[in-house]
Amino acid sequence: MRYVAPSTLEEASAFLVDANGNGRVLAGGTDLLVQLRAGMANPDTIVDVKHIDELMTIKEEADGIRIGAAVCGQAMGEHAGLNNTWPGLVEATELIGSTQVQGRASAGGNLCNASPAADSVPAMIAAGAMISVYGPDGHRELAVENFATAPGKTNLKEGELITSIKLPKPAEHSGDAYLRMTPRTEMDIAIVGLGVALTLDSEGTVTAARVGLGAVAPTAMLVKEAGDALVGSKLDDEALERAAEACRKACNPINDKRGTIEYRTKIAGVLLKRVAKIAAERAGS
Amino acid sequence: MAKNHVTTTINGEPVEFLCETHETMLDVLRNDLGLTGSKEGCGSGDCGACSVMVDGRLACACLMLGAEAEGRSIETIEGMAAGEELHPLQKNFVKEAALQCGICTPGVLVAAKALLERNPDPTETEVRYWLAGNLCRCTGYDKIIRAVMDTAAEMRAN
Ligand SMILES: Cc1cc2nc3c(=O)[nH]c(=O)nc-3n(C[C@H](O)[C@H](O)[C@H](O)COP(=O)(O)OP(=O)(O)OC[C@H]3O[C@@H](n4cnc5c(N)ncnc54)[C@H](O)[C@@H]3O)c2cc1C
Ligand code: FES
Ligand code: FES
Repeated sequence: MRYVAPSTLEEASAFLVDANGNGRVLAGGTDLLVQLRAGMANPDTIVDVKHIDELMTIKEEADGIRIGAAVCGQAMGEHAGLNNTWPGLVEATELIGSTQVQGRASAGGNLCNASPAADSVPAMIAAGAMISVYGPDGHRELAVENFATAPGKTNLKEGELITSIKLPKPAEHSGDAYLRMTPRTEMDIAIVGLGVALTLDSEGTVTAARVGLGAVAPTAMLVKEAGDALVGSKLDDEALERAAEACRKACNPINDKRGTIEYRTKIAGVLLKRVAKIAAERAGS
Repeated sequence: MAKNHVTTTINGEPVEFLCETHETMLDVLRNDLGLTGSKEGCGSGDCGACSVMVDGRLACACLMLGAEAEGRSIETIEGMAAGEELHPLQKNFVKEAALQCGICTPGVLVAAKALLERNPDPTETEVRYWLAGNLCRCTGYDKIIRAVMDTAAEMRAN
């Protein structure tokens, strides 16, 4: 096993291509090192991407904020612009592991590990985030909800890596939020994770809403019907219940000792209501 | 396979070492450099006994490759005391018996020092959340939290 630390995207991609399917990108290593040590991964080449500037910076652009794929959760939490515009996404990212894990774990790694319960993913879906990918065929972009294809599987092709995640600039009176349900309060994996991003008009009526739902299906997903159910309402009980029902309908969870199918499904609806209210409070202030 | 040749800084001193790619930073510290203060409790990022600072951020040395240390600055528990003079956190851990077997202690101290550098006046809740990734099988945490709170107060006063 060899370790390489390229400083450009071109070199990183070339190392992955050379490794012929046996190369792995290393960002914070909080998933990859666990897999290496458990013998679940045995790559020929480890490509450390933390020396590529583009992957390590958060950049404010005219139409949004671009987060380098390997920026750690703690650095996202320290970024004022990101906290002001997408506090829900910051909260979701900060839920990943302990302080020690926060000093290393990245949003790019959370996406590529493709756990159905990855905490930052539903929040990114709600935010309408776009993923920038670089590979042998150059650059391409795709929506976060189209990235994971199955647990542990993504739509990255050989030689490709994520370079950054772009968050749009929110419209005025917008807010986002994320909550997860875990059996323990810290250091646990979500049995449901739910993010909402919405926009209000001057009367407090919802004009746009997106709902991202995780841990209740093989991949995190956009629940379009839930967002649609909120639009046109002032988050009255009836609209919230319709959106909650859409979330419950979207559930196709596993059954395990941490959460039964019935429980996970019910909680998806409960979280929708709570998270929508927090997002609306933020949008109104 | 050729070993990785790594040039790094550990506790302010320049250090060079050779390591295999699969060796973690914790393996290198303990087995190659004789810095056995950092402990391996789990090897999977769950217990925090291996906590070190990497370029000013807290990290689990068990979840970092030794090769990644190239060009970085690493701080371990061995760098915490100034010679014979213990750090205020270390003094208070001794004074208030905030340790029993001591396996978790180096990691707790490194993590607590990182907290007090960012936030000299943390609430008890903030201390508990910050240290949530440092598991202790012995003390029941109360004495640890109290020693950190007392040290914070003492350091603010001085
Ligand atoms: C103690 C502990 C607690 C945890 N708690 C949580 C939690 O509460 N919630 C949660 O969601 N996760 C949790 N995790 C999992 C993990 O920390 C996250 O998934 C994290 O975001 C992974 O990021 P990383 O940068 O460390 O990824 P890495 O381990 O570096 O990489 C993860 C995977 O993605 C690939 N990869 C990384 N970056 C790229 C890129 N730019 N392009 C292409 N491929 C890439 C790697 O090859 C690897 O397969 C926890 C892990 C630990 C050890
Ligand atoms: S040994 Fe590193 S976290 Fe337990
Ligand atoms: S003192 Fe024994 S684990 Fe903490």
